[in-house]
Amino acid sequence: MTFDAVVVGAGPAGSAAALALARAGRSVVMVERGPFPGSKNVYGGVVYGRILDEVIPRWWEEVPVQRWVVRRSTMILTDTQAVTLDLRSQAWGREPYNGMTVLRADFDSWLAGHAVDAGARLLTSTVATGLLRDASGRVCGVRTDRPDGDLRARVVIACDGVNSFLAKEAGLMARADAAHVTLGAKEVLALPAEVIEDRFGLGPHEGLDIEAVGGTSGVAGGGFLYTNRDSLSVGVVVSLEELAASRRRPEELIAGFKAHPAIAPYLKGAFLKEYSAHLIPEGGYSTMPPLAADGLLVAGDAAAMTLAAGIWLEGVNFAIGAGLAAGRAAAEAVAAGDVSTAGLGSYRQALERSFVLRDHKRLRLAPQLVLSDRMQTQYTKVLGDIAEELFTVTNPEPKPGLLRIIWRSLRRHRVRGRDLLRDGLDTARTFR
Amino acid sequence: MKLAGVMSNWAELSFEERMATVEFRLSERAHIEVDSDVCRSCTTKACVHACPANLFAPTSDGGILFNYEQCFECGTCYMVCNSEGAITWTYPDGGHGVVFRNG
Repeated sequence: MTFDAVVVGAGPAGSAAALALARAGRSVVMVERGPFPGSKNVYGGVVYGRILDEVIPRWWEEVPVQRWVVRRSTMILTDTQAVTLDLRSQAWGREPYNGMTVLRADFDSWLAGHAVDAGARLLTSTVATGLLRDASGRVCGVRTDRPDGDLRARVVIACDGVNSFLAKEAGLMARADAAHVTLGAKEVLALPAEVIEDRFGLGPHEGLDIEAVGGTSGVAGGGFLYTNRDSLSVGVVVSLEELAASRRRPEELIAGFKAHPAIAPYLKGAFLKEYSAHLIPEGGYSTMPPLAADGLLVAGDAAAMTLAAGIWLEGVNFAIGAGLAAGRAAAEAVAAGDVSTAGLGSYRQALERSFVLRDHKRLRLAPQLVLSDRMQTQYTKVLGDIAEELFTVTNPEPKPGLLRIIWRSLRRHRVRGRDLLRDGLDTARTFR
Repeated sequence: MKLAGVMSNWAELSFEERMATVEFRLSERAHIEVDSDVCRSCTTKACVHACPANLFAPTSDGGILFNYEQCFECGTCYMVCNSEGAITWTYPDGGHGVVFRNG
């Protein structure tokens, strides 16, 4: 038989695509290489659920949430300083909620379950090993590692993650791109729920998300710490190129972040439950592959859709948004009988109207700005010193003016005026 | 049941204990292949340090010894490899390999 669509990968993008196709009355099968959805997946923080409103009404009543994030901290770390913007909103802890921490094994299985309930088929423990093509070269299905495992389909949607071998086979992306990929390395540490709530100032279902720039032993990147129900997830995200050049080991970098004076006290008494690592496509808009070919769409991490814009670190929501758009576009193309690149063009048009490409386009300079040498080493120190001097009481000397403090700090860390001007303009342009 | 946890004092945590917290369903087929002839001419051997599961070890004759069994399937090794083709990397067979419970 020929399916209307084969979706490769039952992560957030794949399940959203399959859900949209099934709801449109199309036959769709999801191919998942793990024993269950989420078993190969690792993330670094928070799932923002607003995108779920349009497909699962009152999703918050059933989603396998760990904690609702009511407190988020953005930290700038130097070796001995931390400057933190700490925000708390009780509105985020009430319907319709803002962000939540989840375990991907739970969350991805839950979302895939909705696709299955809508009529999609789910094949687990199955690797899509390559693309099938018809005589004219159009993609018409996938090969799998099951016996007689060819799956024929009018459209293939590749939601096969950051390494997307299908997008590579289709010639849409390069074999390796270490310059635009980061490595996330994470530890999940067990800690009793009451201790988490006392330690972080949280109510029973409330959570905290800390995202830090720096704290990664001089390797460009940042750290994170967030609360699950009775565990903490803590780790680092670092430039893959810089990691390779530094000859430091990922678990050493985690250890360095955990030992930072602003982080270490939070981890007392917690013990390792699971160590994990995953690549993240952080290059943003300018590194995205073409999103469609004849008979093929690409969504989620496979299309580099993780948003790494400093103060905004999002991915699962972008994957769901793109997956829904891909599923709808595929359903329309199948109904119209045109699954060529042009026939599937409504996918990109939909993304350009939605947050997925609008946010990415607007923030396209952010990834390189955040990981730049000046941001990582000079500006963090400048900010740390300004904050420290501002609040160091110098009696009997009178307080220096703020401008003088800023000037001294910029001089001390040898920031050049034209760099500051250029980075300031880039930052203003990016975040305006 | 999961394996018993180990104290978080990283200085006292061996790498074996760290990896023992992760579930792997072993495949008989090696999903990583390394061409040690190419590795012998490699000066950086970036895979050795960057692999988060520490699966690559330099050998005395300048080659690379690797183990595929406790692999996170992240792709770091082939991404940092500076010799096109020295590391051939595919996914393990369906249902095998790493199983993250808290990812």
